[in-house]
Order: sequence, then C-alpha cells, then structure tokens
Amino acid sequence: MSAPEAHKAPETRPAERRVDLGQYGLAAFMIVIGIYTVFDAARLEVGFADPVGPRAFPYLIGTGLVLVGALLVVATARGAQPEPEEGEDVDLSSSADWLTVLKLVAVLLFTVATVNLLGWAISGGLLFAGAAWSLGSRTLVRDVIVGLVLAIGSWYAFYVGLGIPLTPGVLDGIL
Amino acid sequence: MENFELLMGGLESALTPMNLLYAAIGVLLGTFVGVLPGIGPAMAIALLLPVTYRLEPTSAFIMFAGLYYGGMYGGSTTSILLNTPGESASVMTALEGNKMARAGRGAQALATAAVGSFIAGTIGTLLVAFFSPALADVAVDLGAPSYFALMVLALVMTTTVLGTSALRGFAALFLGLTIGLVGLDLNTGQPRLTFGVTQLVDRLDIVVVAVGIFALGEALWVAAHLRRRPAHVTPVGRPWMGRDDWGRSWKPWLRGTAFGFPFGALPAGGAELPTFLSYLTERKLSKRGDFGRGAIEGVAGPEAANNASAAGMFVPMLALGLPVTATASVMLSALQGYGITPGPQLMTDHADLVWTLLASLLIGNTLLLVLNLPLAPLWARLLRIPRPQLYAGILFFACLGAYATNLDPFDIALLLAFGLLGLMMRRFGLPVLPLILGVILGPLMESKLREALTISGGDYVVLLSEPLAVVIYVLIALFILGRPFIVRVRARAERSATVEDEKELVD
Repeated sequence: MSAPEAHKAPETRPAERRVDLGQYGLAAFMIVIGIYTVFDAARLEVGFADPVGPRAFPYLIGTGLVLVGALLVVATARGAQPEPEEGEDVDLSSSADWLTVLKLVAVLLFTVATVNLLGWAISGGLLFAGAAWSLGSRTLVRDVIVGLVLAIGSWYAFYVGLGIPLTPGVLDGIL
Repeated sequence: MENFELLMGGLESALTPMNLLYAAIGVLLGTFVGVLPGIGPAMAIALLLPVTYRLEPTSAFIMFAGLYYGGMYGGSTTSILLNTPGESASVMTALEGNKMARAGRGAQALATAAVGSFIAGTIGTLLVAFFSPALADVAVDLGAPSYFALMVLALVMTTTVLGTSALRGFAALFLGLTIGLVGLDLNTGQPRLTFGVTQLVDRLDIVVVAVGIFALGEALWVAAHLRRRPAHVTPVGRPWMGRDDWGRSWKPWLRGTAFGFPFGALPAGGAELPTFLSYLTERKLSKRGDFGRGAIEGVAGPEAANNASAAGMFVPMLALGLPVTATASVMLSALQGYGITPGPQLMTDHADLVWTLLASLLIGNTLLLVLNLPLAPLWARLLRIPRPQLYAGILFFACLGAYATNLDPFDIALLLAFGLLGLMMRRFGLPVLPLILGVILGPLMESKLREALTISGGDYVVLLSEPLAVVIYVLIALFILGRPFIVRVRARAERSATVEDEKELVD
C-alpha cells in the first residue's frame, strides 16, 4: 500500500493508439491461474467407474485460461484496447483514482478483522463512515451517526425480524 | 386451460393479506434499491436476498417477485431522469426517455414505462405459465447429452453475442468456470482449488460471488472514476398520460412485448437485442418525426421489450433449470436456498411453489403499478443522494448480506476478493454475464458430462446420441460461422441509430 501512485494505469482512452500495459497483467493473471488449475487437478485421484474423473474438467478449463491469456497477449501487442464500462456515476474522461480504491479496500479489511471483536453494530457503522470518508465526504460526525444508526438498525432488524443474531461483539448484553 | 386453473390456484394461495404486505414491501424495497444509480436489477436482487431468508417459501417468493419487478422499474426511472443508463438493456430507454424528461414530459415517460412494463410483464408471465409446463414435459425425457449441449449453447451464445470482443467474453467465461470448480468434487469427494481453506470446501455461495462482482465491483469501479460533478437530475411530477399518449403507446407496448419475450426465453439471453430492435422498429414506423426529440414510442417499446424478456427468462429457468441472465442466475440460487433443485422435475415435484411464484409475479407487477405511479417524485429525489454516502451504503449492505448468511468474517473477505475481480473486469472491459453463467453452469455441465459418459462407459460418441444434441451442435456451428456477419449488421444498425440522433440534435 506504500506506493499507490505506481499503480496508476496508463489512460485508456479509445482514441489513443498505445499498448495498454495493464492487459499484460490480466493475461499473466489468467495464465498463472490456468496453470495452477491444471497442477491442482493433477494430484486428484481418479475413482473407478468414472470415465471422466475429477481431472478432465479442470484440465479443460485450465488449458482454456492459458489459451485465452496467450491470445490476449497477442491482441494487446497488436493494439487491442479495452472498453472500460460506463455508468451513471462513472467519468471515464479523467484518469483512474486508485488511491480511493485502496482506501476502500483498507476499510473493508478493517471490517473483516474487527467484525467478530467489535460486533456488527460498531464495525458496520465504522464501515459506512470509513467508506464515505474514503469517497470524499467531509461530514465525518454525520457519517458516523448515520453509520451507527444503519448498523444498529440492521442488527435489530435481523434479530427481531428474521431471528438472526448478528455478532454483538463488545456490545453483548447491551443491544 | 389446465394451466389457467393451476395459476388461479397459485393466486389463491398467494393472495393473503400478509402476503400482499410482503409483496408491497418487496416492490418498495426493490424500487428503492433499483432506482439508486449504479444498481441494476440483478444487483438489487442479490443485495436484497438476505431480507427473504427465513421466510416461508410462499411469502419469500412473493416478496421476491416484488423485488424483481421493483428493481427493474427502478432501473428505468434512473435512465429516464439521468441520461446515463446503468446497463445495456436501458440504453434505448434513456435515448428518448431523457429527452422527454428534459422537454418537461418526464411524467409521461415514467407513466408509459410503468404501464408498458406492467402490460409486458403480465403478458410475459401468462406466456411463461402457458409454455413452461409444456417445455418441461418435453424436457423430462431429455438425457444428459442434450442437457450438456443446451448448456454449451447458452455459454457460447452469451459469450459471443454480448460485448464487443469475443476474446474478452471467453476470458470472463473461463474465469467463471474456474470459480465454479472451487469446492468438493461431488463424484469423488476430493477438494479442488480450495488452497486448504475449509470454508471453500463446500463450494462458493453464488450470492457472495454475485454481490461481490456486481455491487462491490461496481462501487470500487465508481470510486476509481467518480464523477466529481453529479449528473443532472431532471425534476419530475406525478406520472400521467394524456389521451394522445395512450394512443401512441399501446401499439409499441405490444410490439415490444413480442420482441422481448422470445429473446428472453432463448438461451441467447438478455434484453439488449430486443430493446434495440424495438427501438429501431418504432422509429421506422413513426410518422411524426419527433424521434430524437423525445418520442413516447421510443420509451414505450423498449421498456415493454425489456420487461417481456425479463419474464421470458423464466421459461428456460423453470422448465430446464437453465439460467440465461444474471438476474436468473441470482434467482436460481435463491430457489436452491429453499432446497428446490431447478429442472424439468420442478414443475411436477414443486408444482404448488412454481404456480405460486408465477402468481406472485402477476401480483408484484400489479402492485408495482399501483404503488409506483404516485411515488415517482419521491423516487426521483433519491437520485440526489450524495455519492460518497450512496456508495458507502452499498458497501455496507453488500457486507451485511455476505456476513449474515454464516456470520463468518471470511465471507466478507471473499466478497472483497470478488469485488476486486469485478473491478478488474470493468477496467478491462470483460463482460460480467459469461462469468456468472460460467460459475453456475460449469458444475452442472461437468455433472451432466460425467453422467453421460458413465452410462456409455467412457465413449464420447454418446454426446451425439440424442437428436436434440446434434441439432444444437449444428446450431452452434452455424452461429459461430455466421457471427462476423451478425456483428457487422448490428454495428451498422447501431451506428445509423446514433448518427441520426446526433444529426437531429444539431438541427
């Protein structure tokens, strides 16, 4: 997480004619997963009376991944550009802001680490406030309040409405 | 007529005051979530699935039907009031709908979308009730080879029809198939691709995969490219239509329905093509020449096509157990949560549930019209929620949904992993649907293949032993050979549509 700037992908405007280096990363990712899938399948034991066995499908899929990955390398080298997805709140004309994404990932990892300890009511509230802050909100106090209301509300909704006790955590006995 | 009686029976068991309440809650929640920018119907359903946990199946289905139609309608509200459609199926609606809204006819656009969706949804659901049992009767006799061929067809069609690049389609498909491998091999009981993690042994929860790819992936992608100046929301009053609007809308509604239903029912899947065809047809038939400046036909037709194709997808889903759209995949996994295995037996083994579901769709559709017409101005205000809080809320509910199933933080981590995968797919323009279908159909295909070959003793010729299978493989071959031609025709039609629009805007 030290150098988010280094991750900044080159701009991918369809108008520009340049090789999208990020796509080599995607291709490598697919090839590695494909090889691992084949490797993982090779250690499976084949049962009797099972002519296909547990290996055939992973072999097929792994090979497919490697093949598509290789084709993607060729396509990238020949200048194929991705068409990044558009959307209501997506502005593709500016370059990507990976720092915000990293902040969000950190917030989510924090939730994973603390949800059993602090309980959903607190962790969920912090998740909301943290995510809003990462996305550029500067009304921290209000976000924390909204987050806690949402989290405690959903805790009671699940407990009373659906009979599912979400983890109470440190608030055990208080909620 | 027997089907009609069964449907009435379903209506009877669905129409209790309590169930109507569930339907109303479903419609409101579905619209609420669907109207939020950046959330399509599939994502709305995936996010709201946890709400239906622990309800008895009938009530859950009813709520579900409400969520479904609510989510769909919410999506079209967004594309009419903000000129940036969130998904391919509403591109055509946005084209004329937003121009109507800007010309001060947003109320009529919303009304024709709502009534058109209602009519198309009702006709579509009745057609499903009529066709699925017949198809299921035929499908019961199909063996594993035919099923295998059907699934290959569904995968090939969705992978190559959608998106701009077949290569990217296949990349998404193979990633999905790999995800589908994770877990115990059902025949031999050996774990595959689990990395020694116990939580991965009993297969990935499709809801976590879907919410991760759709909701989290979208939120992270938006975070990387957040529009600093929020899109312009056109204010709107209560939807209504004048005599003239009704006169101009009813034919496009019916034509749109006729386009949408068959495409939804085919394994080609999706509403992209029928909405596009409907738009082109209405423009060609229009004598007023106000297309490109907000013609009501251009909203009525594609909206009806969209909803009819959404109903059509229930035919393969209920009769064959084959999901052909992202929404269907999510719904199928919800059915499995109730211990219901989709497939031709579904119609006989769980007939009461199927008819209740179909009846629920009719009820949900009706309630949608009753509730949403008066509430439209309120929904429009939702579009102004500040973006940081909006996407923080989406993350919050996505994590809640993933966590609530097993109360295991590992599921949130898994959600994050799939969210990052979803982010990557959006960055590289990989289509989402082939991946989701790969996750769902991969394991099914493997089990059908092994079933077929176990019976034949390992002879691969068995895959061609059923006439239907052979026909399907021929179709696939023809389709692949004809694809360059289809792509060219479509590109030309699309270009002419947008070019003329721009021309008319300049005038």
